[in-house]
Amino acid sequence: MPTVTEALNTMDYGPAPESAAIALNWLTRGPFGHFINGAFTKPGAVFDTVNPATEAVLAQVTQGTEGDITAAVKAAHKAQPGWAKLPGHQRARYLYALARLLQKRERLFAVLEVLDNGKPIREARDIDVPLAVRHFYHHAGWAELLDDEFPGMAPHGVCGQIIPWNFPLLMLAWKVAPALAAGNTVVLKPAEYTPLTALLFAELCIEAGLPKGVVNIVTGDGSTGAALVAAEVDKIAFTGSTEVGRLIRQATAGTGKALTLELGGKSPFIVLAGADLDAAVEGVVDAVWFNQGEVCCAGSRILVQESVAAVFTDKLKARMARLRLGDPLDKSTDIGAVVHPVQLARIRAIMAQAVEEGAELHQPGTGEGCFCPPALLTGLGAANVAMQEEIFGPVAALMTFRTPVEAVELANNTRYGLSASIWTESITTALDIAAQVKAGVVWINGTNMFDANAPFGGMRESGFGREGAREGMLAYLRAPAIKGKARAVLSVPAGLPGEAEGGDIDRTHKLYIGGAQKRPDGGYSYSAQGGQIPLGGRKDIRNAVEAAHKAAGWGKATGHNRAQVLYFLAENMAARQADLAALSSKTEAGAAVARAFYWAAWADKYDGKVHSTQGAHLTLALKEPFGVMGLICPEEAPLLGFISTLLPAIAMGNRVVAVPSQGAPRAALEMVQVFDTSDMPGGVVNIVTGPRVDLARTLAQHDDIAVLWVFADSETCAMTEREASGNLKPVWSENRARDWAGSEGQSRDFLRRAVQVKTVWVPYGA
Amino acid sequence: MPHARNPGTPLATDWFDAVHINRPAAERRAAALTTRRSVKNEHQAAWLLNAIRCMDLTTLAGDDTDARVARLCAKARRPLGDSIVRGLGLAAMPVVGAVCVYPTMVAGAVRALSNSGIPVASVATGFPAGLMPLDLRLAEIRYAVDQGASEIDIVITRGHVLGSNWAALYDEIAAMREACGDAHMKAILGTGDLVTLGNVYAASMVAMQAGADFIKTSTGKEAVNATLPVSLIMVRALRDYGARTGVKIGFKPAGGMKTAKDAIAWQILMHEEAGREWLEPALFRLGASSMLGDIERQLEHFVTGRYAAAHRHALA
Repeated sequence: MPTVTEALNTMDYGPAPESAAIALNWLTRGPFGHFINGAFTKPGAVFDTVNPATEAVLAQVTQGTEGDITAAVKAAHKAQPGWAKLPGHQRARYLYALARLLQKRERLFAVLEVLDNGKPIREARDIDVPLAVRHFYHHAGWAELLDDEFPGMAPHGVCGQIIPWNFPLLMLAWKVAPALAAGNTVVLKPAEYTPLTALLFAELCIEAGLPKGVVNIVTGDGSTGAALVAAEVDKIAFTGSTEVGRLIRQATAGTGKALTLELGGKSPFIVLAGADLDAAVEGVVDAVWFNQGEVCCAGSRILVQESVAAVFTDKLKARMARLRLGDPLDKSTDIGAVVHPVQLARIRAIMAQAVEEGAELHQPGTGEGCFCPPALLTGLGAANVAMQEEIFGPVAALMTFRTPVEAVELANNTRYGLSASIWTESITTALDIAAQVKAGVVWINGTNMFDANAPFGGMRESGFGREGAREGMLAYLRAPAIKGKARAVLSVPAGLPGEAEGGDIDRTHKLYIGGAQKRPDGGYSYSAQGGQIPLGGRKDIRNAVEAAHKAAGWGKATGHNRAQVLYFLAENMAARQADLAALSSKTEAGAAVARAFYWAAWADKYDGKVHSTQGAHLTLALKEPFGVMGLICPEEAPLLGFISTLLPAIAMGNRVVAVPSQGAPRAALEMVQVFDTSDMPGGVVNIVTGPRVDLARTLAQHDDIAVLWVFADSETCAMTEREASGNLKPVWSENRARDWAGSEGQSRDFLRRAVQVKTVWVPYGA
Repeated sequence: MPHARNPGTPLATDWFDAVHINRPAAERRAAALTTRRSVKNEHQAAWLLNAIRCMDLTTLAGDDTDARVARLCAKARRPLGDSIVRGLGLAAMPVVGAVCVYPTMVAGAVRALSNSGIPVASVATGFPAGLMPLDLRLAEIRYAVDQGASEIDIVITRGHVLGSNWAALYDEIAAMREACGDAHMKAILGTGDLVTLGNVYAASMVAMQAGADFIKTSTGKEAVNATLPVSLIMVRALRDYGARTGVKIGFKPAGGMKTAKDAIAWQILMHEEAGREWLEPALFRLGASSMLGDIERQLEHFVTGRYAAAHRHALA
């Protein structure tokens, strides 16, 4: 330690370490077993968990086996009915107790998180732990209000939850709190690199007197996670890489397990000429040099308007020079250690490749051990690896744009869609861009803002499902089960002549693509309902998807516009009711007309929310259409099922490629004439008939379809879920026949499944 | 110690017209400054001592008398008890950056500070509101300089900012700068009256263009005085001015800062947003009065390990 006089000469900050003594003392309770059925198990085969900043072994934890997972899931199943049956108020008391206990141990959790993860103590102390506490408080409230606010909904049962190493405690809170509030029990698998705060949390569960088996924690590596995915759980919630998310999507396909995925990102950080540039520079610090850049929603693609790019880049470089890299326990550290040498190697490899591909690297300072100084890559285009791949390190890549239109184009030029940050003092421009970016969370003049009452989650290959707020609760609740029979597998229709129809003039049915009737590309028909039905194929699906994309204006039309079209459609259906009845039945046609009015009514009423989060912040949860939807209509109720599934989707602004009933497609094809006379813009509805399984596969595999609804047999459901892993489109699959004429035929579920939530944060202050 | 003067530039409104300030972002940054940095032990003592070096120890009250000013000057010469100075291992008693008083108090202050090397700063130009005829305001500057003030803290006409009368504001400040002669000029913007951070940035830039050597937040008499967000914007303005001209402008927050913690917070702001050089009295002053007492208590605690009592320290 220098003398006071020496310190006065240098005016350095000097060391300001947070003591780790109490946390290190707690670690002597190890080696640790799992937390199953309310108690810690004896340690099994153990592995080390290491402090990445010092390479010191912190503790030994148990590698979870299949047997461990089975035991944990069994305990969770045993506990679940009792837990769900508790009055919401009782569950609320437990969650409240967890919140209070977490708050009372806040520094211990913060220090332990720093030791295990390498993040700076400031972030663990000021961000991770308070947000985790807030999450438990918030969800204590949802437990209390569950019956009032989610009538008719039920918990899934046992949730398997797999969380990442970047925010170990916070991700635990995001997963456990809503699951418990909704009446689920959980088996949580913390990340291999960072299991310690979860084990400490297990002690809180004991302290809080949580019933045995409600929370179970099994530590281990990816194989433990895979065992959990394969186990007899009712839902999997995963936060982690897109790569692993894809494997989980495939593994859960056809199992009936509910699934939510919060995956990777390559989020744009858009700086317009009208921005507060110094504020935006600080935004980059919070976006990509927060948590060593190990943040799924890191704003790692900086897009700057050309006219301010030079000034902005200079300011950014000057700011970088002031970032302090070092001891994560030091209170003056901005950037701590990368979680693991494996991750550091990956960061370095991508940076090296980016430079090889022509980027210029600016990286002041040096890092020894498992540290990576903040880096900025410039002079690179969209094709550079650093603009494409999620780096998960303190590395920003900067490129320029000329106009807001180009900013949106570049922002959306990615497979991901987790978050976006937009900087300009023009609220008009900011909201215009916010409306257009494909991102589940948009921050205007800010970044990385979180709250338990603000939905968080992605679009595109950043996953599906939301965490936080009312929307997040829905991820842990399910609608009442469908009571109908399991649907039968259909045989593939042959493209051969069938029985003679006789009598009337032959009725020519064609595919309906882009508002025009088209012959199938293959040139075959199959016989059904005494007529010749076009045998659509891959290329017809391709054409239909392209036509649907061209009809993008539908998604931007006002709810009133869409309602007008749908009402007109309903009116015209009524006029053609006899024809439709002839191809279905009188009752079905009547119900279909009524259903059309029903969904027309909804077109301008399924509003978003304004969430209460922080003072002087408007937090909007907007409900946006997915875009282009694939729809495998139910085989039963060929007309009513078609109308009941198609219309909510388009009422919400989606454009649909629909595959109607294979055996009785004529009513749906007859509807083509109704669409044509109802001012329905071409491409909003596209109909492809033919072999449903093949068409469903093509839709599931199509990377330009954002969401898929499959009302089919269980094999087709499983196949589409598996094939949808390509672009991770959410699939709503259902293998039991619905009572389309009854309450199962119209519910909020159709609306919820037709939109995705975009949370827009707008801080304000004059 | 006195740094090079700011020669100023012609009025250039485009230096601030295109600059946008986002208040929530400024408030976020200001709030994070003190959570991102911490100084402990010897370093904390050093930073508190540095605050004394950079302090404009101030009395600007209607009941000021020569005797009261003399007492303040005595404290300015010996801001810490001898035992504290010894305990800190300092070679000499530290002194404050300046003593700041009303013009009629300057002569007494100069006498009381003779041979100390401590400059006397005087407020002028119809402090605190500044709503006096310009010739009288300029005459007041000349009077204060004549009385021996080597630093003049002028106040601007806030109405010029509120009405975007940049030329009027520029001309007024330039005239004041001329009246200051060799005395260094600190331009008090009265940021509590300007309200928006955009106004603060623009007024800062015009004051610097008109030749202000320092920009200063407040008179201490506005409803809101020095705050970290306002200070952040002013420091960013002087940084931008420096980037354009190469001239280093000083910064003086004033009013409302009372604690040792405040002293650390504003120094962290300077260190982070301006740089090490802005932790020297040539480029940084804290306009304060009661803050010194709290610093002395904290330093005694550092030396003795016991919590201190204000009544055991000499009153400022």
